[in-house]
Amino acid sequence: MSILVGKDTKVICQGFTGGQGTLHSEASIAYGTKMVGGVTPGKGGSEHLGLPVFDTVSEAVDKTGATASVIYVPAGFCKDSILEALDAGIELIVCITEGIPTLDMLAVKARLDISGARMIGPNCPGIITPGECKIGIMPGDIHLPGKVGIVSRSGTLTYEAVKQTTDKGFGQSSCVGIGGDPIPGSHFIDILSLFQEDPSTEAIVMVGEIGGTAEEEAAAYIKSNVTKPVVSYIAGVTAPPGKRMGHAGAIIAGGKGTADEKFAALEDAGVKTVRSLGEIGDALSEMTGWP
Amino acid sequence: MNLHEYQAKGLFAEYGLPVSEGYAVDTAEEAVEAAKKIGGDRWVVKVQVHAGGRGKAGGVKLVDSLEEVREFANQWIGKNLVTIQTDENGQPVSKIFVESCTEIETELYLGAVIDRGSRRVVFMASTEGGVEIEKVAEETPEKILRVAIDPFVGAQPYQGRDLAFRLGLKDKQIRQFADLFMGLSKLFMELDCSLLEINPLVVTSEGDVHCLDAKVNIDGNALYRQKRISEMNDPSQEDEREAQAAEYNLNYVALDGNIGCMVNGAGLAMGTMDLVKLHGGNPANFLDVGGGATKEAVAEAFKIILSDEAVKAVLINIFGGIVSCATIAEGIIGAVKEVGVTVPVVVRFEGNNSELGKKTLSESGLNIIPGDSLVDAAQKAVAAAGGTS
Repeated sequence: MSILVGKDTKVICQGFTGGQGTLHSEASIAYGTKMVGGVTPGKGGSEHLGLPVFDTVSEAVDKTGATASVIYVPAGFCKDSILEALDAGIELIVCITEGIPTLDMLAVKARLDISGARMIGPNCPGIITPGECKIGIMPGDIHLPGKVGIVSRSGTLTYEAVKQTTDKGFGQSSCVGIGGDPIPGSHFIDILSLFQEDPSTEAIVMVGEIGGTAEEEAAAYIKSNVTKPVVSYIAGVTAPPGKRMGHAGAIIAGGKGTADEKFAALEDAGVKTVRSLGEIGDALSEMTGWP
Repeated sequence: MNLHEYQAKGLFAEYGLPVSEGYAVDTAEEAVEAAKKIGGDRWVVKVQVHAGGRGKAGGVKLVDSLEEVREFANQWIGKNLVTIQTDENGQPVSKIFVESCTEIETELYLGAVIDRGSRRVVFMASTEGGVEIEKVAEETPEKILRVAIDPFVGAQPYQGRDLAFRLGLKDKQIRQFADLFMGLSKLFMELDCSLLEINPLVVTSEGDVHCLDAKVNIDGNALYRQKRISEMNDPSQEDEREAQAAEYNLNYVALDGNIGCMVNGAGLAMGTMDLVKLHGGNPANFLDVGGGATKEAVAEAFKIILSDEAVKAVLINIFGGIVSCATIAEGIIGAVKEVGVTVPVVVRFEGNNSELGKKTLSESGLNIIPGDSLVDAAQKAVAAAGGTS
């Protein structure tokens, strides 16, 4: 068990024949992900990486039975690609692309909310269930099948949390990068509720960062809904206000969205917080009693 | 991306929004000509910088003579304006905006932002114009009126009328405000704004609703489809190193510490800064070399970090996902040879090709301190920069 994806998840790739689509699809296939095809308008009928290429997502879904799609198309085309996947009945959309205009995501998010589909990203590393299914750009070999669910707004910070839980031997049930944009497809709460329900997830690591109030909302949710141990780290204690720290969503605006506020909200919710990025694994041991 | 007031008002005018007649000028001579062209005997002169708090810093003045217009222009053009929102050096002034004078009856506030919590464009209005809206929001949140824009159908006139009535406007002002609301909403959507602010929005002595100030921020992600707007960018208003970094797709933010940081990934870059601070040091910058860092980008990142004279040590923290640590190692070696690094460099490699990267560095003969772990690297960098502060 795991969340959202497993060994039977059939995955297609939008932007399949492009540079990014090719590079990361190859790695996903090598990892064992059940990739069943891809979409590149105008290249339908051809073959790429040994898999069929389709002109439309709808056709790809019809022919392959895919339920998940990973999107690597350039930012300016993402709105179109996401809406196409939604209309074709894709249940899980994973959008890796960085730099989507925020107003595009507002429209996309409004459609997502009434569709029942789930989207991970944009501007994220993707999602992985170790040993079963890797959708995205994360290095597969640092993961270990196991019992910790990881959710994070940052790619490389997810990798740090993964490495520490692998080094400890705990392993991961699933790891989800929800992305660094101000309007993500899924919020912490969406993923936390899935981890809470998932029997194979025994503890949760939540990695947040400055900007917005997603961590505060997650804290309130954890307080009343999550019974599993949660360890959390928030990046950006030293970030100056008013400056965008790389991620479009990582900005302290109008004095709001500081790391200290987020730490306080999480601690109030009974979450074990760590101020040092290097202590995530140790904090998990401490909280769960795992050796 | 930020726009100057004169640029924002130019866009407002294009969308039919009520702004004063005004001209942006580069010299005192042109300033006087602009005042003559506007006519009358009172003008408002404003320095054009990307920072709020101009009025209190002396960058906005009501003047009664052409001589005063000239004096103001001579006083500011080519100088820097320091406000509460700038650093101690201030922002360079290259343009003055000369505007006709407006007799003010009341001051209001109108703004629009992308609200992350509700995932809507939200308009905010208040009778408390002319002051810092964050303060109003904090102290008297009931004085901020809000309406959210439906992403499917867009802004509707009734929402503008609703705000107008609640602001206490009357008669022709209701229609004027609703038109302004619709126009602003159109501008927000068509130009990919991330923030719009009119502070103050005033009712003039003739009873008309009028935009006295204008602030427009554009979503940086949308600049590819806002060519005309992106050409309005004024690089003189940005930190020189930040602008240089942006050219190489590097995210750099200057800080005031002495440990230069080079990291891949925005979250990890912040986490690395925090770790430096936690172990008693002070980060000199935020720098994300990105997921697909090339040798050239790493070399450029090095140069940018070292151009900050405060830097006493450099901490490189790479968790190779897509990017190979071996590539980064070559970039570091190239940069060290090219720019001649004299400060200690601590490197921590993890992930993709980290062993090869470490080997490459240790065999290069350069004086590079390997960090065994995240924490070890941070501690070594703090020690190398002269210990805890």
